[in-house]
Amino acid sequence: MDSNEKVVLQAEDVRRALVRVAHEIVERNPRPPAPVLIGIHRRGAYLARRLQAQLEELLDAEVPLGDLDIGFYRDDLQRRPDAPIVHASHIDFDVAGRTVVIVDDVMFTGRTARAAIEALFDYGRPARVQLAVLADRGHRELPIRPDYVGKNLPTSRAEHVHVRVSELDGVDEVAIEAGWVGVESMATA
Amino acid sequence: MNHLLSIEDLDREEIERIVEQARRFAEVSDREIKKVPALRGRMVLNLFYEASTRTRSSFELAAKRLSADVVNFAASGSSVEKGESLKDTVLTLSAHKPDAIVLRTPWAGAAELVSKWCSAAIVNAGDGKHEHPTQALLDVYTLRQRLGGIDGASIWIVGDVAHSRVARSNIIAFQRMGAKVTVAGPPTLIPRGIEALGCEVRFTLDELDSADVVYALRMQRERMSESFLPSLREYAAWYQINGRRLGPRQVLMHPGPVNRGVELSGEVVDSPQAVITAQVEAGVVVRMAVLYELLAGSGMRPKGASPGPAGARQPQPDPDRPENVKQLA
Repeated sequence: MDSNEKVVLQAEDVRRALVRVAHEIVERNPRPPAPVLIGIHRRGAYLARRLQAQLEELLDAEVPLGDLDIGFYRDDLQRRPDAPIVHASHIDFDVAGRTVVIVDDVMFTGRTARAAIEALFDYGRPARVQLAVLADRGHRELPIRPDYVGKNLPTSRAEHVHVRVSELDGVDEVAIEAGWVGVESMATA
Repeated sequence: MNHLLSIEDLDREEIERIVEQARRFAEVSDREIKKVPALRGRMVLNLFYEASTRTRSSFELAAKRLSADVVNFAASGSSVEKGESLKDTVLTLSAHKPDAIVLRTPWAGAAELVSKWCSAAIVNAGDGKHEHPTQALLDVYTLRQRLGGIDGASIWIVGDVAHSRVARSNIIAFQRMGAKVTVAGPPTLIPRGIEALGCEVRFTLDELDSADVVYALRMQRERMSESFLPSLREYAAWYQINGRRLGPRQVLMHPGPVNRGVELSGEVVDSPQAVITAQVEAGVVVRMAVLYELLAGSGMRPKGASPGPAGARQPQPDPDRPENVKQLA
């Protein structure tokens, strides 16, 4: 393991955080129809799949699951040197009139969430949109806040937060990698 | 990628990247709102000196699906009829600062010339008998959707090869993707030396059953100034793809518009082997992928072009043409 990196959530912590988020979603949305889940490519989509299993058990109802790539909606599309690879989105149910919970791995500046909300509205007009993230690392640049947070991670801007999921990375964990030490003070996790 | 002038400029990896990107874009057409903001604020100019239904409309639709603004300019009914040259037309229209110009002309090499006259990204939508690269890309896309892959496939391109820019682009693209290409047709319509592109040449359809894919070309009567054939009936008797010549497991392609009863019989156009409408559908997503590749991103491309104030590319000064630089600056 990289010596610059500190694991702050182990697999068991990730599991517990997702269980808690699932319970909070049920508390906030007790009446049918069940909310629908839309995970943001790529790791948000895997986290959404796990939340789906939890929610279906808690609600004893079917919870539709989709995934969304926000590449087309990035606000820095014209500033990046090259066009980013865009993956296909899969939302094969009607979002109109439903409560949609957008699921992402890390909440940072809020720009991804903004893009996701814009993208979502191209599929229909949801009744309500909520946001669930596994880790909130702060440093918001837009007036957006998550409704459900697995873990608050105070970080410095120079640090990197890595969320790993077993499907892609072989392990479930959240780690903080140090950036340029000394440029900004190291925050404690 | 700065321009798309010729399929020859693309290696296999680049063709695969565009085709793969196009596959992902297909989903946009299924949404309630069939457009994404990727190219918001960009302008695409369609400059067409030749008749076209599907190419122009699919470029227009592709640009609109990506939220670009589209200006259509057809040579008929414009100053071109008053004698304005291609260069003057391009320089005049460049004053509107298009980010991309989609160009179709009857003159081979025009797209490349225009790319030297202005700062926009040029997409060759057909230049005379030379090339039609987006057609080749959408045909690769269509075949991959139908066959899974085209490595090792035997593809016969049949008919009026001499007047066909589609044939030229497709011979190159299919071979680059690993297919074996044979061209077939009457000797007067097969250009001498075409084997130099790496394809085989046949003057009869006797071995057509060895093909996995039959790609029929349109008989381009508008480009024929002298007689290449005794009659269209004679051509049809020898080279028409019909129910007798087309096998049940072969895939039939045609770039459109079809001359029913000439290069294709009516029955095969409507047969399950034909993927002609799939080719038209592929046209939109593939052209979306091309425009996205050329216009998304800041334009910090290898040649060192940098984004201008409105995200437009800076003109690349050509020392031989100081008057152009002044025009465009």
